[in-house]
Amino acid sequence: MKGTVTVDEALCKGCGLCTGVCPKGLLALSTRFSTRGYHPVELVDPDDLCTGCELCSVICPEAAFTVFRERAAA
Amino acid sequence: MTVPTLTPRLTPVVSYPEALAPTPTHYCPGCTHGIAHRLVAEVIDELGIREDTIGVASVGCSVFAYNYFAVDFAQAPHGRAPALATGIKRTSPDKLVFTYQGDGDLASIGSAEILHAAARGENITVVFLNNAIYGMTGGQMAPTTLPGQRTTSSPAGRDPATQGYPLRMSELLAQVDGAAYVARRSLHDVANIRRAKKALRKAFEVQQQGLGFAMVELLSSCPTNWGLSAQDSLEYIRDVMVPAYPLGEFKVPETEGREAR
Amino acid sequence: MARALLKGNVAFAEAAVRAGCEAYFGYPITPQTEALEHMAKRMPELGRAFVQAESEVAAINMVYGAATAGVRVMTSSSSPGVSLMMEGLSYIAGTRVPAVLVDVMRGGPGLGNIAPAQSDYAQMVRGGPHGDMKMIVLAPATVQELIDLTVEAFDLAERYRCITVVLADGSLGQMMEPAELPPMRTPRAADERPAWALTGARGREPHALTSIYLDPEQEEAYNLELQATYRAIEAAEVRYVEERLEGARIAVVAFGTAGRLSLTAIDAARAEGIEVGLFRPVSLYPFPEERLRQLAERVDALLVVEMNAGQMIDDVRRVTRERVPIRFYGRTGGVVPMPEEVLEAIRGLHAELVREEAVA
Repeated sequence: MKGTVTVDEALCKGCGLCTGVCPKGLLALSTRFSTRGYHPVELVDPDDLCTGCELCSVICPEAAFTVFRERAAA
Repeated sequence: MTVPTLTPRLTPVVSYPEALAPTPTHYCPGCTHGIAHRLVAEVIDELGIREDTIGVASVGCSVFAYNYFAVDFAQAPHGRAPALATGIKRTSPDKLVFTYQGDGDLASIGSAEILHAAARGENITVVFLNNAIYGMTGGQMAPTTLPGQRTTSSPAGRDPATQGYPLRMSELLAQVDGAAYVARRSLHDVANIRRAKKALRKAFEVQQQGLGFAMVELLSSCPTNWGLSAQDSLEYIRDVMVPAYPLGEFKVPETEGREAR
Repeated sequence: MARALLKGNVAFAEAAVRAGCEAYFGYPITPQTEALEHMAKRMPELGRAFVQAESEVAAINMVYGAATAGVRVMTSSSSPGVSLMMEGLSYIAGTRVPAVLVDVMRGGPGLGNIAPAQSDYAQMVRGGPHGDMKMIVLAPATVQELIDLTVEAFDLAERYRCITVVLADGSLGQMMEPAELPPMRTPRAADERPAWALTGARGREPHALTSIYLDPEQEEAYNLELQATYRAIEAAEVRYVEERLEGARIAVVAFGTAGRLSLTAIDAARAEGIEVGLFRPVSLYPFPEERLRQLAERVDALLVVEMNAGQMIDDVRRVTRERVPIRFYGRTGGVVPMPEEVLEAIRGLHAELVREEAVA
């Protein structure tokens, strides 16, 4: 795993903009509802393809993403 | 859904900006106001000026900007943010002062205030969101509405014969000697958002160096009043607005010889 | 401080400077532009803020901005310009930040003329800015009072976090007469600004100074807070001047210049044996209601003299419930009544009283 992201469901409004920019197509709107009544976006990355490239966080209007990257082995 | 196991070697590289208040915004899903807010907050964090910055909210969808920034904020009558910012900056010259305004606020009712703030070379930074419509009041024509564009007050499409032509504020204000930095960027895709952030940072740095008036116009979306999805709205900016509102830096500070005020 | 021959507009501007005014934002409009010109020279000299704005709309909003930053700030203008400031004044009251406005009234309505008038009484005292709000309104009758009330205006604005208006007229602004300026008071240092001010959220939570309360319940709570300050102002800040009222049967009620010129007529009438005196409200808000009510019980008639078509008279009627006959003499449109005209009105009222006594 070189990277990953978390989504703050209290902020995500399910606008879907991030799903269009993820180079690996790892983001999709869920079918369930968040407490705010939106379909929050979810990371679907069973094969650990996420590299933490940040594109999703750049397009997100809600600053809902936290992006992680693996530090080089010490 | 993948719940990432945050192994210790995974370090956060992007996290919630400190200058952004933790309050969820009221903006419509996909509205680029949210992106602009985040960029301004990131710039404030990177310049380390959160505790020395005073914002001035205008009247429009972003009227509640004071709830969304972890920064001292005033809220101006419609169109008057540059005047409040003048009053604040002139009496707090060591503070960073910025206004956050929409196109109805800046290009219509506030057109005199923005012109004269620039003409006076006020040392303030103006963040100007141009989405070619009045959002908060439900989608009326703005001075930046494009010819043929339908709004609730140009139902047959804006007809220049009776409703005039769009105002290109960046080109106009770049003519003013007091303007030190004027740029127009867009928020319709990742590459442009990054350029927008660079322009915003420059606009704050121009203020820090006391070089005069700085403004960044950001082409923005209004999914609800455009009647488009969030994604289609960004394409509308790319395909329709960018041709009408060319992107670029229309004025940059003379690098040499311009001593700070 | 020695007395000097001072022009009204220059006097109040310099008084503000000496009261520690840190920012002045104005716009040229006769008959008060000399104040702007004085500030254009003095404020930069002292390293303080001065901007000639692009309009009175911009000027009052620059005042609003500086007020949110917690500095002593003022503007001055005249009738049409003050009309343009109404929205900004309402926002300032809606945010409870202190500000001072000197309004040098002129003939109206519309462009009117540049002659002295008092026809904006109702605008400033009862109406003007939108919303349930009041402004303290002080009416000078001399250049000395113009100076003193301008200095007091800053203290009152800060004490009650409200707008204080010094309501003069063109004659006061333009006339020169001997007066004494206060000593120079150094403005507050930047770090001594009020705790609520916008100074950058260093070591504290960010402040938001706004007049928005979307929830009507909260807006009402804010309004009740405003109303409480107005009750406090009404209880503590009434100002008036009484002249020659001992044993008077007629009281002339007049403010500012109208009060001043009436005094000349009063003395002439007293020389003819007419027992008449002057009641001159100085604070138009808070209006001297209690004192006027008492006066109405001691005299047989009131003569209201104004340089307008009759505005303060509505308050005089309301307050006294017309317990005694109330007559009015006024000139409008910028015409300044001569003392002889007021003397005629006093004689007329006196004759009316005498006739009634004869009949009774």
